[in-house]
Amino acid sequence: MDQSIYRSHVLICTGTGCVSSGSKKIKTVLEDELAEHDLSKEIKIVETGCHGFCEKGPIMIVYPEGVFYCQLKEEDVAEIVEEHFLKGRIVDRLLFKEPISEESIPAYQDIEFYKKQRRIVLSNCGRIDPESIEEYIASGGYEAAGKAITEMTPEEVIQEVKDSGLRGRGGGGFPTGLKWDFTRKAAGDKKYIICNADEGDPGAFMDRSLLEGDPHAVIEGMIIAAYAIGADEGYVYVRAEYPLAITRLQKAIEQAEELGLLGDNLFGSDFSFDLHIKKGAGAFVCGEETALMASIEGKRGMPRPKPPFPANKGLWGKPTNINNVETFGNVPYIINEGAEAFSSVGTENSSGTKVFALTGKINNTGLVEVPMGITLREIVFDIGGGLTSGKKFKAVQTGGPSGGCITSDYLDLPIDYDSLKEIGAMMGSGGMVVMDEGTCMVDVAKFFLDFTQSESCGKCTPCREGTKRMLEILNRICEGEGKEGDIELLLELGEHIKDTALCGLGQTAPNPVLSTIKYFRNEYEAHIKDKKCPAGVCQGLAAAYVIDEETCVGCGMCAKVCPVDAISGKPKESYQIDGDICISCGACAQKCPVDAISQG
Amino acid sequence: MKSLEELRELRSKVQKDLEMRSNSERPKIIIGMGTCGIAAGARKILKAVMKEIDKRGLDVIVTQTGCIGMCEKEPLLDVKMPGKDRVTYGNLTPADVKMIIVEHVINGNVVEDLAIARFDEGGN
Repeated sequence: MDQSIYRSHVLICTGTGCVSSGSKKIKTVLEDELAEHDLSKEIKIVETGCHGFCEKGPIMIVYPEGVFYCQLKEEDVAEIVEEHFLKGRIVDRLLFKEPISEESIPAYQDIEFYKKQRRIVLSNCGRIDPESIEEYIASGGYEAAGKAITEMTPEEVIQEVKDSGLRGRGGGGFPTGLKWDFTRKAAGDKKYIICNADEGDPGAFMDRSLLEGDPHAVIEGMIIAAYAIGADEGYVYVRAEYPLAITRLQKAIEQAEELGLLGDNLFGSDFSFDLHIKKGAGAFVCGEETALMASIEGKRGMPRPKPPFPANKGLWGKPTNINNVETFGNVPYIINEGAEAFSSVGTENSSGTKVFALTGKINNTGLVEVPMGITLREIVFDIGGGLTSGKKFKAVQTGGPSGGCITSDYLDLPIDYDSLKEIGAMMGSGGMVVMDEGTCMVDVAKFFLDFTQSESCGKCTPCREGTKRMLEILNRICEGEGKEGDIELLLELGEHIKDTALCGLGQTAPNPVLSTIKYFRNEYEAHIKDKKCPAGVCQGLAAAYVIDEETCVGCGMCAKVCPVDAISGKPKESYQIDGDICISCGACAQKCPVDAISQG
Repeated sequence: MKSLEELRELRSKVQKDLEMRSNSERPKIIIGMGTCGIAAGARKILKAVMKEIDKRGLDVIVTQTGCIGMCEKEPLLDVKMPGKDRVTYGNLTPADVKMIIVEHVINGNVVEDLAIARFDEGGN
C-alpha cells in the first residue's frame, strides 16, 4: 500500500529509564511482528523521550486511541499486534492498573499520575520523536525563536521574560529576566550563553529527560536567550554519563544547522548564533557556574569567588549567562503564549510549573511536571500513588545534597521557592526522594554528606575539612559511638561551613544534616543516648529481632534465611533467635509468613 | 531559515502527521475487525479507507473495533462525524468505501442504502 499517512502511531518510550528496562528490544520485536502481518506501512513506530512514568517501563502509547501499555515484555508484543492492531481489541492485561482501585485504565490522560500534572516544559516529551526536527516544528517549534528575532527587540524579549516571573529552575530561583538583563547591559561585544546540564543530585533526572525527550526546546530557548543578551555563541555543558542526551542533542544541533536555525543570519536578520556541546566528566562541583566555566576553558573544574559574577566576567573573561536546562525549556512557551499565560499558572512569586523527579519509597516513581503551589500531599499520594511499603510517610528530601527535608507536618504546604526556603528545605533542581518510617534520618544525612564530601573539589578548607569532620561524627553516631555534645558540634560546624565555604556546593553541604537535626533531633538523640536506631537501619545499633512464640507456626522459613545461623528450633514448634548472634539484618522478618518476627 | 514565513510553510507541510496525537474532535471511521470481520474482508475495507483518505488529503481518524455482534453483516464500518450520530454501514465492498467517504465524510450525507444502524451518542 502506497501511502504517506498511517492509520496508527505507536510511540515507544526510549528515555534512559525505558531503554534500560528493554524498550529497544520491544521495538525490534514490534518491527518484526508488524512486517510479518504486513502492517509496516499502516502503523508507524515513533521513538520518543521520557513519558515520565519510568516505574512502569517499557511504555508504549498507541494513537489515535491514546492507549497506554506498560511494563511490556518481548512476548507481549505479538499479542498486541494480533489483538490490538489486527482486531482492534485492547489488551487489557497490559494496561496500567491504578494501585488502589486496581482498575485498568486504557487512556493515559485518565491515569491519576497524569491527571494532576500540568505539562508545559514536558509537553512534547513522549509525544514527538526527539530525533526529528520536523516533528518539533510540526508541533509549533522554532516559532518562538522566529517571533523573537524578527518581531521583538532584545529588550522586549527580556521584558516578557521578566513579566512572566520565570525563576531559575536549577534550584536557586533567581529571576531569569533580571539575569539576562545584567548580561545584556554588561560591557563587551563578545558574549556567551551556557546551558547547565550537569545534573548531579542523587535521585534527579529532570534535565536528562528533557534533553533526551525534547532537545530542540532547549536549543530554541537558548537561541532566544542569546538574542536577548547579545551572545553569538553558546555551550551546552552536559555530563558524559548522559550518552543518550548527548547523542540526541548533537543530532538536534545538526538538524537545526541544516535548516539554518543555528548559524549565520537567523530568519534573515543580523543575528547569528552557534551552539556547541561540552561534555563534562561528571563532577558534582562542575554544576557550580564558575567551576563549570573553568571546565569549558579546559581547566580543572574548581569554583572561584564571586563577584565578579559571570554576567560581567564569565567564560574566557567575557560576559556570560548561565541557565539550567529546564529554565531554557520554559522560554519558547513564554514567547509564544505571552508572560500572562505563563504567570497564570503557579503562585504569585513562583509562576509556572516545576518538573520533579519522584523517587524513593513511592508507587509511581518517575518524572512529573506540576503547577507551582501544588501540595506535597498531592504529589506523593495522588500523582505518586502513595507509599510502596504500606508504611507511614515520614519525609521527602528535596534538592539533593543542597536541600533539606519536608516532614509530614508540611504535607499541605503549597510548594514554591519561598515556602520551601522558609522551612529549611529548598526547591533545588527538583529531585524528590520519598521516605517512609523505615528510613533512618541520621543515615540519610550521612548518605548525602558522604556524597558531597567525596565530590568536594578541595579548594576551600571549610568544605574540604569541615564536611570530612561532620561525616566522621555521623559515622560514629551510626556505629553507636555517639557522644553527648555531638549534635551541638554538628550544628556549629554546619553553620560555619555554610558561612565560609567558597561556592554553593560547600555552602549547602551541611543542609541535609541541619535539616534532619531540626526535624528529627529525637532520632539523633536515640542514637547517641539510648544507643538505638529507631528505624532499625543502622546496623551497629539496631536491636536484635525476636520471635513471638504465640504467633510462630514453626515453619522454619526464618532459620533458612538467617545468614548468621542465629535462629534455632524444631518444625511445628516455636523458633528462637539468639540475640547475641543476630545482626539485625531483618531477613527473617521479611520471610516470616505470619509476621511473628519484630525488633525487640 | 530565511524568514518566519518559511518556517510556517514547513510547519504546515509536516503538521498533518502529528494531528493523530491530538485530542481534537475530528471525523472518525471505525472498522469492525473482530475475527469475523477480518474473515469477511475487513482488511480490504481498511486499506480502501486509507487509500481514499490519503488520496483526498482528509483529516480523519481511522480506528478499529472488535466484533459488535452483527457478524452476518460484516464487513462493518462506522462513521462518526463530530456532533453527529454514529452510523454503521454493513455488507461493504471496497467500492462502497469511496461512496461513503465522499458522501458522508466529505458532504455530510448519510448513505441510506448502505446504512444498517445508528447510535445516538448524545452528539458526542
